[in-house]
Parts: sequence; C-alpha cells; structure tokens
Amino acid sequence: MRLIADILLLLGAIFCFLGALGLIRMPDIYNRIQAGTKAATLGSIAIMLGIGMLYPEWWSKLLCIIGFLLFTSPVSSSVLARAVYLSGIKPWSKPKQPLKNSAGEKS
Amino acid sequence: MTFNLLELLAAGFIGAALLLGLIRLIIGPDAPDRVISADTMSVTVTAGLTVFAAYFNSALFLDVALVYGAISFIGLIAIARVIEGSNS
Repeated sequence: MRLIADILLLLGAIFCFLGALGLIRMPDIYNRIQAGTKAATLGSIAIMLGIGMLYPEWWSKLLCIIGFLLFTSPVSSSVLARAVYLSGIKPWSKPKQPLKNSAGEKS
Repeated sequence: MTFNLLELLAAGFIGAALLLGLIRLIIGPDAPDRVISADTMSVTVTAGLTVFAAYFNSALFLDVALVYGAISFIGLIAIARVIEGSNS
C-alpha cells in the first residue's frame, strides 16, 4: 500500500516539475498557460491521491481540495488567457528562415 | 511519519518545480508571464502543503491548503481583470 502511495507521490511531483519546466521553456504566454496549468493540476491531484493512501482518515478533506482544484484551475487559466488575448498580445508563430541563396551571394 | 527515499525524492521535485517557477517569476518579460507563473506556483504549493501535513502528521495543514487555494484563485481573477481592462 505504501509503495503505491509513494509511486503516486513521485509521479505527481514529476508532473509538477515538468509543468514548471514548460513554464521556463515555452516561447509564448499562451504556451506557458497550457504547460503550467494542466501539468501542475494533474500533478497536484496525483500527490493528493498518494497522501490519501498514506493517511486513509484524511480522504474527506483531500477530496474537498481535489474538487476545489478541479473547479478553479481551468477557470483561472481560461480567464487569464481571455484577458491576455483581449489586451492585444498576438500568439507566437515560428520565425521565417532566411533564404540560403541571399546569404551565399553575399560571400 | 519519517519519509523514505521515494517520498524525499518527491519533495525534492516539488521544491525544484517551485524554484523553476520562481525563475520565471523573476525574469518574466511581461506582467502576464509573472501572473501565470504565480498561478502555477500556487497550485504546486497547495500540493506541497499536503506533503507537509503528511510529514508533520497533522491535518491542520489541509485546511491551510484549501484556504490558500481559494485566496490565490480570487487574487488571480482580480489580476486578470486588471490586465484585461488596461488595454481593451
């Protein structure tokens, strides 16, 4: 039982870490919203399930926290994405590669 | 309860996630980057408080985690309203 709880805890912590890594790596605010919110929410839920397996008498409070997190995290990310879009920030697109011929003609 | 190796590793990963979020919070080039970093960090802190509750063997930290999540959600909605209203 404790091994399953530990595996859930480690999986959730790795998901939280990957979400924060995506927050560093991604080039745009919209990509950062995607990477940060979803991975961190999944990781937190996995961590709380693992804690609930370690302490079975805490299930009620942990279910309250999980429900609250599932309810508020998508709402906050959606509200923030809408606010950023309405404030006029354009989505990131891949920069165009310069043609190789023009670089070759110069040299 | 005393943590074994896997649980200590999980706590270390949570700390590393908070550190990466703090880096983005400091170097974020614009205000929305900092806000989304603070949101991710608050979700991670909510998970870390339950790990604290397991480490110190007291259920009081679960109430702290719930209230912390509620307050961070309200703050994020307020900041999103400010960002939206400044330019549109």
